[in-house]
Amino acid sequence: MSDAVLTLAHLNKRFGALQATSDVSLDLREGEIHALIGPNGAGKSTLIGQIAGGLKPDSGSIALAGREISTLSVAQRARLGLGRSFQVSSLAEPLSVKRNVMIAVQALQGHSFRFWKPVQRDESLLAPAMQALERMALAHRADTPVSELSHGERRQVEVACALALKPRVLLLDEPMAGLGPEGSARLTELLEALKHEVPILLIEHDMNAVFRLADRISVLVAGAVIAHGDGAEIRGNPQVREAYLGD
Amino acid sequence: MTKSDTRILAPQPGLPAPTASWHDRKGLVQIGLLALLLLAPLAAHFLGHVYYVNLASRVTLVAMAAVGLNLAIGYGGMVSFGHAAYFGLGGYVAGISAYHAFDLTPVIGWPVAIPGSDSMLAIWLVAIVVCGLLALAIGAVSLRTTGVYFIMITLAFAQMIYYFANSWPTYGGEDGLPIYLRNTLPIVDTNDALTFFLICFGGLTLSLALTSRIMKSRFGAALTMARLNDTRLATAGIAPYPIRLVAFVISAMITGLAGALYADLNGFVSPTMLSWHMSGELMVIVILGGVGRLYGPLAGAILYVMMETLLGGLTEYWKLFLGLVLLLVVLFAKYGVMGWLAGRERHE
Ligand SMILES: Nc1ncnc2c1ncn2[C@@H]1O[C@H](COP(=O)(O)OP(=O)(O)O)[C@@H](O)[C@H]1O
Ligand SMILES: [Mg+2]
Repeated sequence: MSDAVLTLAHLNKRFGALQATSDVSLDLREGEIHALIGPNGAGKSTLIGQIAGGLKPDSGSIALAGREISTLSVAQRARLGLGRSFQVSSLAEPLSVKRNVMIAVQALQGHSFRFWKPVQRDESLLAPAMQALERMALAHRADTPVSELSHGERRQVEVACALALKPRVLLLDEPMAGLGPEGSARLTELLEALKHEVPILLIEHDMNAVFRLADRISVLVAGAVIAHGDGAEIRGNPQVREAYLGD
Repeated sequence: MTKSDTRILAPQPGLPAPTASWHDRKGLVQIGLLALLLLAPLAAHFLGHVYYVNLASRVTLVAMAAVGLNLAIGYGGMVSFGHAAYFGLGGYVAGISAYHAFDLTPVIGWPVAIPGSDSMLAIWLVAIVVCGLLALAIGAVSLRTTGVYFIMITLAFAQMIYYFANSWPTYGGEDGLPIYLRNTLPIVDTNDALTFFLICFGGLTLSLALTSRIMKSRFGAALTMARLNDTRLATAGIAPYPIRLVAFVISAMITGLAGALYADLNGFVSPTMLSWHMSGELMVIVILGGVGRLYGPLAGAILYVMMETLLGGLTEYWKLFLGLVLLLVVLFAKYGVMGWLAGRERHE
């Protein structure tokens, strides 16, 4: 437990009558991929939202590297090293891929109240952005407007944006959705290489990817964690088979 | 991909930078608009038509005020319906300062005595600072809201200032405040219509250059992202609120400086400059010219003042025609006159 980078304790969130998060406690350790699986509507994205700061939990605590972050804003949490991707990609559509990533590099380098030097020729922004894109095998799309990208490519840009933050933790919400078998296989490889650098909390429906990548798996059903363990344990858990794997 | 690939993306030395240049259409339109604005009053001056020189000054100042508004609306996505507050406040700074300079009474007697001044440089500086502070206060509250609420709250603040000016008798109340002697600059004669026009022209080109430069900087990148997708900006670790607030303040400063010059042009400042009609006029100019286009406010101001002058001379219902033109622009030329003349803006 001592090497946990991210720790959630007794998190609760209601939307009216709906208990979207129900007493969730879990952690993410250095060097691991922790997969969060569960049926649609289980509350996975809601959980990510609470960690990243867009949603406020009703109760419970969230600690990043030992520091309580649940009262901080989205931007403050990002500056402390929370990188995330969205289930429905959230990028600036008219801007080029590289400009979307460069804003993350800019954020990492410090304050944005610089009014004079043009960003377009700023190698200190461009080079790290291109590096992040190369890691996602997307450097050839750097100058393409996001609006011309496929769904899969958008996901990859989001991951590149998160990587450009040099995050301490990555929260990825269904990064493989819409990628197709070939794309998922490639992203699986990329994530596998990545996990030694930055621990990943991974929400994913692609079970091949999950079982291959995850060191630990938590199963979320109706807002609550119903099972927790490594791949073999989860596969063998009758409760999980019934509630989720369903076959 | 290797390092050399990255370098291809940077401009090569010796080649022109891929920005507006002499040979592209947008650059030509921009230079054409500036040339038109500069040459028309020069011609009028040599033909002895002072009226048209002053008309060009009016176009220039209204355009400059709209350049300020465009920074908020077009580049920042903050639809302010209250920019008359800054335009009028700038005007009142010029008027009040001149009034006390004429009267030899202090503007404020306590705790420190601040004398009036007929120096334009001092007036401009004060107008910029005062409008910036007002925008900081109004923006700090208004930017907690978005959409229609933001429009309404900026309007409400501006109306408060309008009613305050209307009911404060010291500076003329609803009758306004005359500036008997135009404020002065060292060396040049500000009473000369052409000289005054050139001062206004300098102000406009400076605000255009400033806007362009800012929007290419890191701050501009953040402001663009705040407009297009503020979730993305926050997720990257940059809080959108302070970025917007600073842009709003700069926007008000530009509009306020234009207002100070406008009062000197007319030799008069009144609550009209603070009214919602004025805010609306500036918005119409921004929309006519092309929202978020650097030269949109200039194109819009030329069109607006031309219609006002030509049609306004024929019929008092000229605003009906203005409405029609606005409708046509919104329906058929979504990107305004600049979009129509220079093509759609492309982001890189
Ligand atoms: N902002 C919201 N307001 C109300 N209900 C919400 C909101 N966001 C999510 N929900 C509901 O919470 C439940 C969990 O949603 P979500 O976290 O998106 O599930 P998952 O990502 O596991 O598919 C769903 O029933 C969804 O309809
Ligand atoms: Mg989801």
